[in-house]
Amino acid sequence: MSGGVEPADPVSAAVARTFRDERAIVLAALIRQAGDFQLAEDAVQDAFEAAVTAWRRDGIPANPGAWITTAARRRAIDRLRRNRSVADRAERLAELTRLDAEHEEPAMEDESTIVDDRLRLIFTCCHPALDMSARVALTLRALGGLTTGEIARAFLVAEPTMGKRIVRAKRKIADARIPYRVPADEELPGRLRGVLRVVYLIFNEGYAAGEGDRLVRGELCDEAIRLGELLRRLMPHDAEVWGLSALMLLHDARRAARVDSSGRYVALDAQDRSLWDRDRIREGLATLERAVRLRRPGEYQLQAAITALQIQAPDAESTDWAQIADLFGALARLTPSPVVELNRAVAVGLADGPAAGLALLEPLLAEPGLERYQPLHAAHAELLSRAGDAAGAARAYERAIALTANAVERAELERRLNALR
Amino acid sequence: MPQYMLLVYEEELDPAGQAEREKELPMMLELHRSLREAGLLVGVQRLRSVESATSVRVRGGEAEITDGPFAVTKEVLAGYYVLDCADLDEALAQAARLPMARWGTVEVRPVVSAVEWVSLARQAGVDVPDEAVSDLA
Repeated sequence: MSGGVEPADPVSAAVARTFRDERAIVLAALIRQAGDFQLAEDAVQDAFEAAVTAWRRDGIPANPGAWITTAARRRAIDRLRRNRSVADRAERLAELTRLDAEHEEPAMEDESTIVDDRLRLIFTCCHPALDMSARVALTLRALGGLTTGEIARAFLVAEPTMGKRIVRAKRKIADARIPYRVPADEELPGRLRGVLRVVYLIFNEGYAAGEGDRLVRGELCDEAIRLGELLRRLMPHDAEVWGLSALMLLHDARRAARVDSSGRYVALDAQDRSLWDRDRIREGLATLERAVRLRRPGEYQLQAAITALQIQAPDAESTDWAQIADLFGALARLTPSPVVELNRAVAVGLADGPAAGLALLEPLLAEPGLERYQPLHAAHAELLSRAGDAAGAARAYERAIALTANAVERAELERRLNALR
Repeated sequence: MPQYMLLVYEEELDPAGQAEREKELPMMLELHRSLREAGLLVGVQRLRSVESATSVRVRGGEAEITDGPFAVTKEVLAGYYVLDCADLDEALAQAARLPMARWGTVEVRPVVSAVEWVSLARQAGVDVPDEAVSDLA
């Protein structure tokens, strides 16, 4: 992956470094100039392949990013000359040739163009007319530089399936003419929400203690956090951009403590707090503060604030559950969902006693759509157990266990069930 | 005179199969000419592959945009609009303005331009004169 171990020989190391630092910037500019996502991506790929040989022969250039930019543009010209089926081929060729003649050694584009290009790329990859799984894959590929194989492994699908999904998405961008631009002001808030959803989905995919290669999944978290940081730089005036970044940092700080040495899931109140990443927590709290100062509350900021309260308390008992319950209440008003209601019930149960929590859980348990929702039954069991109803708690634990596919979580629920007896 | 809309349904084929179909263009041009001479032809347009489709529904005042064609339910085709738009975003924004988007679904499909239609036939190896472009437009 892009953030992997650097190879020992200097040319490979320089290519890897340029790939990591410059690829998305070069790609974002070339898509705009060539007017074609697939063509630009192929040309950038060609340029990196050519760099290995050329830099071994001629030495590593003084400005590797500029070298890649020029090489990629020339490859794009070659590809465009050979491909007769591209619409507006003549205009595109003229534009690329003009750019190529303009400067032998191109000065890097100025900062605001680079920012705009990367925003264009993000908004295109996260366009609502694309399938959600394609948005995630395109974002990881175009902005994160992950290979199709890496994305396929992280999402537990076969590589050819993922490859087809990505090719199809790029074809739709071209055929349906999804524009390569930052949305207009009136569309921007809605479209940005969509981008944040894609980034958070990438994070959650990595964070969920699901099946699959834990290492690859950890890198998904890192990638989502990097995307969050990029968005902070590109859109510093949006409070939710900071809110999402804070939320991911605060969750990620506890990554090491969520699973014990034998691979078992550890619930928040049982986690070894010395395993929490203090630097990440500090960074997350500072990021949340930046968000709050913009005075535009939103769902990610509320979730980050809840997480911050849980993290800052020295232990579960002294956590300010009443305030957490209030924050879940605010979240429920903003984005009503059974998941938020469930969390609110749990927090109220901890703040005001299990009876108050069970009262809030009552309507959720009556909802037929939630009959198979495992976390509801796990929370129900927990509240019943604290209320002293061991038989009821056992029944709810059994229900939750039957609905758990994840071995680590199931083991934890079984441990709690056995503790009742 | 009453007007009738002829809706064309077909199975999408792989590129080789599709290339075979493109070879029918001269016959189609002949047909268009005869329809036009008889004063029957109002318009004809070819749609891009269903892979490029996007569906728009407006529910609770919010436009819901989804990748893919309109999924078969009890809704039936009730009408159509052809709009000149700069790009998909503009087409989706206009689609969301239709009152029907509030109770039904508006499927947005890009139209294949006459120039491209002709070039697809040429790529399939058919000799088509340049005037064909205006015959298709």
